[in-house]
Amino acid sequence: MDKKRILITGTRKGIGAFLASYYADRGFQVIGCSRGEPEWEVEGYRHFSLDVSDERRVVEMFAVIREEYGGLDILVNNAGVASMNHILLTPCTTVRKILDTNVTGTFLFCREAAKLMQRGEFGRIVNFATVATPLKLEGEAIYAASKAAVVSLTEVLARELAPFGITVNAVGPTPVKTDLIRSVPKEKMDALLERQAIRRFGQMEDISNVIDFFIKPESNFITGQVIYLGGV
Amino acid sequence: MAADSRITNALFSAIDELNDIRPQDQQLEKSLDTVLFGQDGKLDSIGLVSFIVAAEQKIAQETGRSITLADERAMSQKNSPFRTVGTLADYCSILLAEGE
Ligand SMILES: NC(=O)c1ccc[n+]([C@@H]2O[C@H](COP(=O)([O-])OP(=O)(O)OC[C@H]3O[C@@H](n4cnc5c(N)ncnc54)[C@H](OP(=O)(O)O)[C@@H]3O)[C@@H](O)[C@H]2O)c1
Repeated sequence: MDKKRILITGTRKGIGAFLASYYADRGFQVIGCSRGEPEWEVEGYRHFSLDVSDERRVVEMFAVIREEYGGLDILVNNAGVASMNHILLTPCTTVRKILDTNVTGTFLFCREAAKLMQRGEFGRIVNFATVATPLKLEGEAIYAASKAAVVSLTEVLARELAPFGITVNAVGPTPVKTDLIRSVPKEKMDALLERQAIRRFGQMEDISNVIDFFIKPESNFITGQVIYLGGV
Repeated sequence: MAADSRITNALFSAIDELNDIRPQDQQLEKSLDTVLFGQDGKLDSIGLVSFIVAAEQKIAQETGRSITLADERAMSQKNSPFRTVGTLADYCSILLAEGE
């Protein structure tokens, strides 16, 4: 096989934007998506503007990938939203939005990607968890619950997709300085870092390092695992 | 029911696709009588999943319509639509007719 084809969701900004250029720089064919258009440009990158929970648009995008790329090797389910709020102040619309993006979106991309990957009898799926789940972070109940669902999906899909040569794992970042955590007050953030074994913010490279490990051909015996950063 | 030729074409090209990755002694015959699943079926459950995925995709290509073959309804039928290529073709016709 020549260049590996990697699909990354949520590439307009934040961790997804970093990963898109990281893998394009390393010679991958990178396909990305987010609701908005990215403001950056990288050679070897193709963008689709869509909401990851919009089944019709997602299926259409995969049909284009099948036609034009002939398949897919790697999926990175990075798109995600969070909302910091006490449960007593959390509206149902927020709950639905978080579940749609984080859970339905992840599910939909796993399903469609696995359809393409099973034909090549090779595939790597990397989902995004968070330390908010094991740390039982107050104020992040729905976000943490949505990512707990992603962990469950990862574990079960690892088994369902193993016969097709597809591995499914997840990376669980600690706080990384992106818009996602911009509204979290400093005291909360400091208290959170205190609970890590290694007390610092995560860097983009900490995340790509874990993804690099999961997607290596040699990692074909690693599936259904979640690697949390920072020793959480 | 006389199977629509677009459906038969789609199911046969799904068989081609599956045969590409199956060992020589496990090739499926392109016939409406080929037993897919169940007693004397040629496919195990994982093979059936791959076949359904390929069939859905080929039907979308042939007809421009997307159908979901393995929904709760298909699973709860007394006579499984996945028994033979012919029963599956009939089931596809029903689904396509309903969507019209
Ligand atoms: N940053 C952290 O501290 C941290 C910690 C743990 C886990 N994570 C996880 O890391 C992942 C990336 O987070 P981030 O920090 O990079 O967040 P971010 O800076 O807020 O970026 C989120 C990205 O996802 C896209 N997106 C959001 N909703 C979408 C939808 N419904 N459909 C398509 N794209 C959508 C956004 O683009 P559009 O707005 O254009 O759609 C954007 O590109 C998330 O899964 C998050 O849960 C982050």
